Amino acid sequence: MQIETEKQIMSDETNNLLNELTNKDYAYGFVTDIKTDFIPKGLNEEIVRLISAKKDEPEWLLDFRLKAYRYWLTLRMPEWAHLDIPSINYQDIIYYASPKTKETSRHPDEVDPELLKTFDKLGIPLHEQKMLSGMAIDAVMDSVSVKTTYKENLAEKGIIFCSFSEAVHDHPDLVKKYLGSVVSYRDNFFAALNSAVFSDGSFVFIPKGVRCPMDLSTYFRINARNTGQFERTLIVAEEDAYVSYLEGCTAPMRDENQLHAAIVEIVVLDRAEVKYSTVQNWYPGDKNGKGGIYNFVTKRGICKGESSKISWTQVETGSAVTWKYPSCILAGDNSIGEFYSVAVTNHFQQADTGTKMIHIGKNTRSRIVSKGISAGKSQNSYRGLVRINKGAENARNHSQCDSLLLSNTCGAHTFPYMDVQNETAIVEHEATTSKISEDQLFYCNQRGIPTEEAVGLIVNGYAKEVLNKLPMEFAVEAQKLLSVSLEGSVG
Amino acid sequence: MLTIKDLHASINGKEILKGLNLQVNAGEVHAIMGPNGSGKSTLSAVLVGNPAFEVTRGEITFKGEPLTECSPEERSCRGIFLSFQYPVEIPGVSMVNFMRTAVNEHRKRKGETPLTAGEFLKMMREKQSVVELDKNLVNRSVNEGFSGGEKKRNEIFQMAMLEPELAILDETDSGLDIDALRIVANGVNHLKRPGNATIVITHYQRLLDYIRPDVVHVLYNGRIVKTGGPELALELESKGYDWLTKESTCSNT
Repeated sequence: MQIETEKQIMSDETNNLLNELTNKDYAYGFVTDIKTDFIPKGLNEEIVRLISAKKDEPEWLLDFRLKAYRYWLTLRMPEWAHLDIPSINYQDIIYYASPKTKETSRHPDEVDPELLKTFDKLGIPLHEQKMLSGMAIDAVMDSVSVKTTYKENLAEKGIIFCSFSEAVHDHPDLVKKYLGSVVSYRDNFFAALNSAVFSDGSFVFIPKGVRCPMDLSTYFRINARNTGQFERTLIVAEEDAYVSYLEGCTAPMRDENQLHAAIVEIVVLDRAEVKYSTVQNWYPGDKNGKGGIYNFVTKRGICKGESSKISWTQVETGSAVTWKYPSCILAGDNSIGEFYSVAVTNHFQQADTGTKMIHIGKNTRSRIVSKGISAGKSQNSYRGLVRINKGAENARNHSQCDSLLLSNTCGAHTFPYMDVQNETAIVEHEATTSKISEDQLFYCNQRGIPTEEAVGLIVNGYAKEVLNKLPMEFAVEAQKLLSVSLEGSVG
Repeated sequence: MLTIKDLHASINGKEILKGLNLQVNAGEVHAIMGPNGSGKSTLSAVLVGNPAFEVTRGEITFKGEPLTECSPEERSCRGIFLSFQYPVEIPGVSMVNFMRTAVNEHRKRKGETPLTAGEFLKMMREKQSVVELDKNLVNRSVNEGFSGGEKKRNEIFQMAMLEPELAILDETDSGLDIDALRIVANGVNHLKRPGNATIVITHYQRLLDYIRPDVVHVLYNGRIVKTGGPELALELESKGYDWLTKESTCSNT
């Protein structure tokens, strides 16, 4: 019991930090003044060819892009989500923007000091001396990867961690084998769009029997104006491999909306495990709903091998609109899928997020914990599908969807879908809705705790189960974020 | 220590306190008794700055400084503690986390550095024993699933942690069996210091057998209508409130 308490306190150390931050606005809203190489705005076959040429891509990849583009032309933007999205002019977006590095930096590892400064400011040091220990980082700005740290150290173990563009050149066979194998370009509107114009992202390959010795992380930064970011991440864990991967995202404060449509694919073989954590903090727009990122993301992993495992943990605080359902296809027998989510919406933010658990193999298990927090005039929806296929003997699912309301003008919605085709399955769904009461806040006040801090305490307590799943450094970051995002939401 | 002059307070436009006067000095224990609806709980709520109540007239000074403009958390940090009649549950927030935040807020106001994890745990273990609070309770969420008695003991535990100069016990005896009552009262007595004062709000003489008051007041219809020594409580126990309320109604007219 004592240890329990100690542990609790250690993780509570961070609570002091909440305070410092509760009165801050979006802290990552600055713009880096750097020359950027843009391509003309708009989308057509020429643009797709141009992006591919910029990246000096092989023929097969250009073909993939063109097929996706042609398919995309036949699609319409999905309208089933509980979201109110103004129409997007896809011809008004720049699909490729790359920060120009100084002519002098011939050496590939030399990064423009201006970019180093930017990532420093975001708390992501990329200098050799200052690199975070225990975490390798791929830093992506707009359409290109700026730098990947610890690449060589990881290579010694056979681990590949590099930008997607590099992987296309250095490991074409692996990319060719797995690209689009989990999320086909025909999957949905945004997946087709991404497949046509995707720029950079990360590529991770953990060979058979290797446990990745450090967390791998990608930091996505949108900087350029009028551009969209279309990154693509591919993670492959071979038999008995393990990796914990983290992603973080921020963008400048701007009055116009910017589009972010990413794809993440994960392939996990026998007994391998991938933990994927996201702290999403794209610019959410201002208090009146002006500006912010449209975050339309397709994330999916397949547990291909037996006894394999994929665990998604997400803390979603940013973006004006979020449309995102990190999913697991549990193909291998005894495989496990997990989804832990905290989604916060404030002011005029909208989120429609959840997961899909597709049980195909025998004895497959999945667990869903979703915690929605809505404030202001925001709309927050959980949408989840649990499907048990015919052959999925003894499949198990447990879903828990909680909503916490902080205002009388926000909305919380739950859309759980269940499709059970095997009678041995056990599928459970629990849901709660609660509100922070005046009485709770006053009780905290009477003990000396100011309201803003009390909200932070209550919200973090509510989200604890999910935050505990994050790696330590990220958990601290996420706790701070929760409080900042809800600043001014009560009272 | 506490001076209340001509205090008028209302909730939703309805006046509950109608010109209340009270003087509490350091080292004293005051009991405030009175029938239901006389304004006892309103008085405690107003003293700790509950925003549901509005002070329409009069003044409250605490240690010579006016109190009415202070936020509830400032009052707490200045040394006023309320043991709630109905302590609220806060799911997901552990008692440890809650108390640590509260204690460190108090320290911050005093210009002191926050306690380390070790220091805080040591303090918590000491104070837990004061009210014989089960070790397991502090690892649970604030008041969540606590029995009535546990909630009240938890209030006194928090009081021990925050070491207030003025403690207000709002019907702390309600819903307690005799053993729990003794434990709670022992806790309160244990925490008594010459520089501190306590206001005990209660319906019954019962609690006053354990917490000996120096002064007993009778609150009726928003005013204090009678003040006396401990013997007044005994008198009320045998005679009820009727004789006083009649007296007060007569004197009013």
